[in-house]
Amino acid sequence: MSSTAMKPLHFKPLNGVRIVVWSTFALVLLLLPVLARSNFAVTLLCLTGIAAIACMSYNMLLGQAGMLSFGHAVYTGLGAFVAIHVMNKIGGGWPIPMWLIPLVAGFAGLGFGALLGFVTTRKAGTPFSMITLGVGELVFAAALMFPEFFGGEAGINSNRTAGTGWLHSLGLNFGGQIQVYYLIAIYLFVCTAAMYAFTQTPLGRIANAVRDNAERAEFVGYDTRWVRYLIVMASSFFAGIAGGLTAINFEAATADLVHGTRSGGYLLFTFLGGVGFFFGPIIGAVLLIFSLVVLSELTKAWQLYVGIVFLIMVVFAPGGISSLLMLNLRRVKYGEWRKMRWPYAGMVFFGLIALWGFAAIVEMAYQVQVAAGSGSVVTVARIPMDASQLTSWLIAAVVLLFGGICFEIWRRKFNKVWSEGEERIAEAIKKAEAAIV
Amino acid sequence: MSTYALELSNVTKSFGKTAIIRGVNLAVHKGERVAVIGPNGAGKSTLFNLISGRFEPTSGSIKLHGNEIIGQRPYEISRRGLARSFQITNIFSRLSVFENLRCAALFSSGQKYSFWKPLSKLTELNDRTEALMASLELKRRRDVPASLLTYSEQRALEVGLTIAGGGDVILLDEPTAGMSHSETDRFVHLIRTVTVGKTLLTVEHDMGVVFGLADRIAVLVYGEVIAFDTPDKVRADAKVKEAYLGAVLDAEGAHA
Repeated sequence: MSSTAMKPLHFKPLNGVRIVVWSTFALVLLLLPVLARSNFAVTLLCLTGIAAIACMSYNMLLGQAGMLSFGHAVYTGLGAFVAIHVMNKIGGGWPIPMWLIPLVAGFAGLGFGALLGFVTTRKAGTPFSMITLGVGELVFAAALMFPEFFGGEAGINSNRTAGTGWLHSLGLNFGGQIQVYYLIAIYLFVCTAAMYAFTQTPLGRIANAVRDNAERAEFVGYDTRWVRYLIVMASSFFAGIAGGLTAINFEAATADLVHGTRSGGYLLFTFLGGVGFFFGPIIGAVLLIFSLVVLSELTKAWQLYVGIVFLIMVVFAPGGISSLLMLNLRRVKYGEWRKMRWPYAGMVFFGLIALWGFAAIVEMAYQVQVAAGSGSVVTVARIPMDASQLTSWLIAAVVLLFGGICFEIWRRKFNKVWSEGEERIAEAIKKAEAAIV
Repeated sequence: MSTYALELSNVTKSFGKTAIIRGVNLAVHKGERVAVIGPNGAGKSTLFNLISGRFEPTSGSIKLHGNEIIGQRPYEISRRGLARSFQITNIFSRLSVFENLRCAALFSSGQKYSFWKPLSKLTELNDRTEALMASLELKRRRDVPASLLTYSEQRALEVGLTIAGGGDVILLDEPTAGMSHSETDRFVHLIRTVTVGKTLLTVEHDMGVVFGLADRIAVLVYGEVIAFDTPDKVRADAKVKEAYLGAVLDAEGAHA
């Protein structure tokens, strides 16, 4: 062996790329409200930022450690409640600056993670999921049983402008939504960086190992239960921070913050964003707020659309949107993307046509079944459809059928082009591997 | 007294009413290479599972470097310096080859559960992992997910995971199973190099490998060790011939 062969290769982290990515992230966070222009948009951004922290913390469990939790809202919710009580104490004279509230809530989350996680992490896999479901129900029941802490049906209100401190004397008292936005943005940036750094540490990597093969992890010296416990605590810490920001954002906390529906939302949208890549849950959070706030304004049947999208993704793209993005980036890297432009365009075009037909049927059915009092006419993408006319239903069905068939034709073309490209990429990789001595 | 790296006394294991291991005694010296052979169903893999803590014995005693290890969890036994491989490949499927090996070395490198240091700064560990990867001839597959490796590459990685932690007692469960002759030769050479100075127990069916590798051979038949001696003496042992592999041994002996 020559001396160069003996020299171990060093992994070179792409520092340049890293700096660009993180500064772009910071810059986007800084400039988004400037582009937003309306109060409603800033509110949306606030919600999205909080959801992003919550979904990323959820993905520490699901994506990185393979723990399917059905009770993540327990930690965001309890964090929010602790935060709201401490906020009221600040109003009563406690000398804590308001901007530290999310951190306080984070430690509260950590505490509840240590307490409840001790029970939930005794088992892995399906039993773990079941136990988290039970604990979630338990906490929600407790929320209704102890109105002193949870405020019963009405919840607990607070005032985020309370307190003193140097920020306060500068006029930064979180009175306006834009100030809250920048608080959220700063926490989002720091939490994202911290959670990313966590994935690059020994514990973060061992979480991946336990996800892949818990048994083997035990045979290389790791107590997998302890690993799960530590991961739940870390995840709960960041979940608590998201809860604290929620408390500041709404100046209120209600029992539905710990409800299973919210836990389900984190699961569903983290999955949609993609659990396989670190940034996937951020995409999930954008979709979560989009569905919850924007889509629900557009259509009353929004949950039906979300459910169908979720189904389609689970079956056809279990890696979520981030994995689709990365697959296409890989194409770009190997110079294979251009060939897919037309198949993509065809699929999108006819997919939209089919979607219109489908949406027309759903909306008309909804109008007839649920909202008949307000007449029989609905507009679907600006086209008025009268649900009482048979022709409307026929048109919708024909459009759906036509769009669906054309979509399928283009999808087959797409598949062919895709797999041809896959072969060429596999060859290129083989060549590159052979070049390594 | 504890000159033995591994000492089993009267170890038994029953699943329900079925006795699989029926009183095994085995004392392995430090630095010795021992092959465990026996017909299918003799309990070879079960024996490894008992030693490594995957199952708990029904009765008996297992001492690692003089310390009783019965009742300990696999990770505790692993931390005491016993490492094992699996007959059915048991790797971290979605992690890359490099990450697989690094994970296997992580605990023993002293990092344990740490989360305040980035992996990339652990230069000594990373260098050691790269070197191990090179000796396993997996360097060109460094960043490939383990699930995409070929069968023999996965077997090499399996052995790599076993030795990465620096354990001094190594249990290999059929490391060459399913390999071609040329792969087996290469692999035996590899095992020999990476286990220098270590105590090795291996379950093996390939008699060529057994006689080429082992200092002593333990013959396990129906849950009992009927012979434990040097290859030549085991080959000559009447009981062994009768019970198990007379024909095979003669055939191997003819062209050995």
